[in-house]
Amino acid sequence: QIMSDALSDDENQDESQEDVMTPAELIARLEEAWLNEKFSPELLENKSEVVECVMEQLTHMEANLQRVKKGDTKASVHRMEIDRIRFVLSSYLRSRLQKIEKFFPHVLEREQSRGEGDPSLLSPEEFAFAKEYYANTESYLKAVALKRMPPNLQTVDMLKAVPEPCLDSFVFLRVKEAQENILVEPETDDQREYVVDLEEGSQHLMRYRTIAPLVSSGAVQLI
Amino acid sequence: LSNSDLIPSIKLRHCCLLRNQRCLVAYLYDRLLRIRALRWEYGSVLPPNIRFHMCSEELQWFSQYKKSLASFMRSLGAGEGLDITQDMKPPKSLYIQVRCLKDHGELEIDDGTVILLKKNSQHFLPRWKCEQLIRQGVLEHVVS
Repeated sequence: QIMSDALSDDENQDESQEDVMTPAELIARLEEAWLNEKFSPELLENKSEVVECVMEQLTHMEANLQRVKKGDTKASVHRMEIDRIRFVLSSYLRSRLQKIEKFFPHVLEREQSRGEGDPSLLSPEEFAFAKEYYANTESYLKAVALKRMPPNLQTVDMLKAVPEPCLDSFVFLRVKEAQENILVEPETDDQREYVVDLEEGSQHLMRYRTIAPLVSSGAVQLI
Repeated sequence: LSNSDLIPSIKLRHCCLLRNQRCLVAYLYDRLLRIRALRWEYGSVLPPNIRFHMCSEELQWFSQYKKSLASFMRSLGAGEGLDITQDMKPPKSLYIQVRCLKDHGELEIDDGTVILLKKNSQHFLPRWKCEQLIRQGVLEHVVS
């Protein structure tokens, strides 16, 4: 198909065999990450390896495109493919930035308090961006209003002032790996516990909170 | 009145002050969110009629925000850089028909040809080259 066609022009293909994924798998991973990030109410784990590989891919494809004769119809198809991938990548990164800005004190708190072995929420560049956003906003509020307030009111607790993501929002999902005994509603005085099995390939509308761990493990795909 | 009799009044006054602080900060923060949206809509140079409505601290915030964003975009893909303020819509067609709404000088497209963007001229151009100019109001997408 198009992707392997573009790459078959590339003499460097043998050197890049050390990559674990084929280009088609890489783009599929990008699209999964993009959809999950788009539909999840909270910021998900960063996928900077995917981002970097896709950017390398785009560079290869652009280089191959330069070598194709101008006006060749293959060129326009390759061009579309490059634009399409670049759109998905940009949209993915934009979704993340929007959530980083929206929940900035919570995102920073989570990143700064995570354990050594835990996967990082933010890429180093996103982390720098988040810290700058916090500092910029704080110094703005101080300069414009807070410094003129009574001494005991000159700070704002950002963690309290900025709302957290609503994890109880409902999301559509498709099941990639079958799951058993997912607890949808816990047992209370009024009801028995409500437990479901998720069949592979089935689609559901559920509370994000219930299936959040399944999104990060890749067992379900948000749609 | 002894000191402990004053405590309810003090508490009430403190609640009022806290509420005022909350209202003020909410108003200021809402403005910031709109200013942030301007960077994504208009690009890094704001039209003068918008700058007119901003105080100097807000201009300062905007300047710092666009710097942060630029340095983030530059860092993507191990230093290669990617302008994520482009490609806002999924690509539908390669080339689009555009009309020039104001004089904008020359535009060079990828194969080297130079187009003169004169007011009211129409051109058939690569879509990705036109995106920003359409958002800035220099070009208009002509849908036939």
